[in-house]
Amino acid sequence: MKQLITGDEAVARGAWEAGVRFASAYPGTPSTEILENIATYSEIHSEWAPNEKTALESVIGASLAGARAIASMKHVGLNVAADPFFTFAYIGVNAGAVVVTADEPGQFSSQNEQDNRNYAKSAMTPMFEPSDSQECKDMLIEAFEISEKHDIPVLFRMTTRVCHSKSLVELGERQDVPIKPYVKNIKKYVAVPANARPMKVKVQENQLSLKVYSNNCQWNRIEMNETGIGIICSGDCYLYAREVFGDGASYLKLGFTNPLPDDLIREFASKVEKITIIEENDPYIEEYVRALGIACDGKNIFPRNGEMKPEVIRSVIYGEEYPEDDAVRSAIIPRPPTLCAGCPHRGFFYELGRRKNVMVSGDIGCYTLASGAPYHAMETTVCMGASVSLGHGAQQVFDTIEGNKMRVVSVLGDSTFFHTGINSLLDVAYNKSNLITVVLDNRITAMTGQQDNPGTGQTIQGEITEAVSIEAIARAFGFKNVRLINPNQLSEVKEALDWALGLQEPSVIITRWPCALKKQTALDKEEFKGSFTDVYWVNEEVCIGCKKCTRTGCPAIVFQFDKKKSSIDPEKCVGCSVCAQVCPVHAIQKVEA
Amino acid sequence: MTTKNILLTGVGGQGTILASKLLTEGLLSQGYDVKMSEVHGMSQREGPVLTHVRFGDKVFSPIVEAKKADVIIGFEELEVLRNLEYLRKDGKGIVILNRVRVNPIGVQNGSDKYPENAEGLISARAGKVIAMDASEEARKIGNLRVMNIILLGASVRQLGLEEIDWGRVIAENVKPQFVELNQQAFELGKSLS
Repeated sequence: MKQLITGDEAVARGAWEAGVRFASAYPGTPSTEILENIATYSEIHSEWAPNEKTALESVIGASLAGARAIASMKHVGLNVAADPFFTFAYIGVNAGAVVVTADEPGQFSSQNEQDNRNYAKSAMTPMFEPSDSQECKDMLIEAFEISEKHDIPVLFRMTTRVCHSKSLVELGERQDVPIKPYVKNIKKYVAVPANARPMKVKVQENQLSLKVYSNNCQWNRIEMNETGIGIICSGDCYLYAREVFGDGASYLKLGFTNPLPDDLIREFASKVEKITIIEENDPYIEEYVRALGIACDGKNIFPRNGEMKPEVIRSVIYGEEYPEDDAVRSAIIPRPPTLCAGCPHRGFFYELGRRKNVMVSGDIGCYTLASGAPYHAMETTVCMGASVSLGHGAQQVFDTIEGNKMRVVSVLGDSTFFHTGINSLLDVAYNKSNLITVVLDNRITAMTGQQDNPGTGQTIQGEITEAVSIEAIARAFGFKNVRLINPNQLSEVKEALDWALGLQEPSVIITRWPCALKKQTALDKEEFKGSFTDVYWVNEEVCIGCKKCTRTGCPAIVFQFDKKKSSIDPEKCVGCSVCAQVCPVHAIQKVEA
Repeated sequence: MTTKNILLTGVGGQGTILASKLLTEGLLSQGYDVKMSEVHGMSQREGPVLTHVRFGDKVFSPIVEAKKADVIIGFEELEVLRNLEYLRKDGKGIVILNRVRVNPIGVQNGSDKYPENAEGLISARAGKVIAMDASEEARKIGNLRVMNIILLGASVRQLGLEEIDWGRVIAENVKPQFVELNQQAFELGKSLS
């Protein structure tokens, strides 16, 4: 039976059909839905890990214990997991293991546009690059075979469009893959130098046998049509190239891309007049083809950034221009993402943005929106967890300046704290910087769409588990100044900031209130009783039109320019009351039932 | 047949996801090859939503190329304007336009001005515009939420897809208690196009 499913869903299905028994991931666009879908199969033990490194390490353990296992992550997640990834390639597998990387050409929801194909080359792991959902499923099943046959983890490289596009997939049955016995093998699994040197030789030799596979496998194929242009491409670029050139070009479509198939590339080059490489991001295939001594066009004509969408290819090859209608263009206004009505981050950033002599070092989550209007209360964003350690370094330097008044406030969410912020906080405790760390604990991993994390008290399968306390962690690290506050109470936020800024030693503030979109657990309902049930309104007779309430950036607040009065959309308001606390004349009031 | 290109554009919460789900299910029931792509990005509540749907004998790219959209199903005026560059330029492009404005935060707080003449700009560019207030029509039949199905109904005639058994597609993909309402909304939409 054929179904129209996304690449992420197809990978999940492929994992199930391949007999996978263990899956772990940290959420990250566009990879999140892989584990969410895997978790719907009861035969696979699925886990949200605190971060990508722990996810991959537990997958290594699962593989050694004899179960086929899969770790999935966004491209930058593999940076976090790079340490185990490289050495996993050395020690190899027991049962098959696959690492999915979801890259983001075009950067829809990421801090950079790195090309993770370089990881496969560098770690010398086999790599697949599917172009559509059917290939996602088929190649994933094959990836487990390759992993076991060559005793090495496989990198499975997807991109946003492959992850999030739907195409038809023929579904199959689950293979019965029994758990392999674990055999103690210190020489194989302990990567000390004496063992690791021969391991590296084994990995290098592996590349030779994998090259034979690459030249002969069904995933790398020549499609001969017109011979004037020969396109070499992988992943979704194949689909875009087909769209532009149709049968007017010949194709070397690559689905298995490390190692690359020398013989096939040479054969293809001999059959066409001119080689053009179409790939997103880095000249990964191009540099290889050039190194074979084959002349080609690649990044000398195509951009290295952004997606290689059909219109991009067309404009480069045919000089086709896509002039925009000026009248239309000038009429378009932005629709920026905003913190939701009732978002518990609002009250905190409203207060923080008003502070002087403060550097706010930020992190990755919904709260990164605080860098924009109207808050402008976040000054750095680098990577997960960086807020605290970056802030630590900055504070250490500021404090060497005589008469320093600058204080650093590091802000990160609960999930980001558990991800890697926890390590950074250790740095602060150990190296004694006068840093103010604020954990915005909204009781969920919000930006990627409401995933549980070590603080929520619930697993991906909804089982009750230990709800790790951030406050207890901070105290255990030795912080004497720890406060738990309700971010919707501006007086509490103000007071806590005054207190922290007045201290000559580090402090930790935890703002604890659930995300407005969270499906609350029984414990949440008890702790946050009555949350998100009120509605506020503006008494126009009292409103003086000062627009202070609009500076909270709440999407429920609509300023009526004709009347010069504010108003609140009752459909959107969930009663956080931040605007009412900001109003200087008490024009904003609770709607009494 | 040549591949047909459709875009559904609006803001989160307007029901574009269900409309595109029904559209693709209908196309599949007719035996077409179908591909669909959604831009997720950082859209939270009320963020822009853009869904690409392509169908034909054999479809390669899941995304519609600039200047190649045959039909834009526009749930919100500004979002149609934002994606108007996708519409084919030979005067054969069709826009199903919902006369609905969802103000971005910049309009609500006064830093931006909502484009006054969106429909005029769209009409100047499109071969045909079928404009309606689908929210108002939805309210008339008793449920604001079926606005999306009204717009879908309005689209099928323009797409030449009337032969598909849409009543059955709706019955198979919508919660039982809402099937009749959605079928009614679909027929209403069809009659408005």
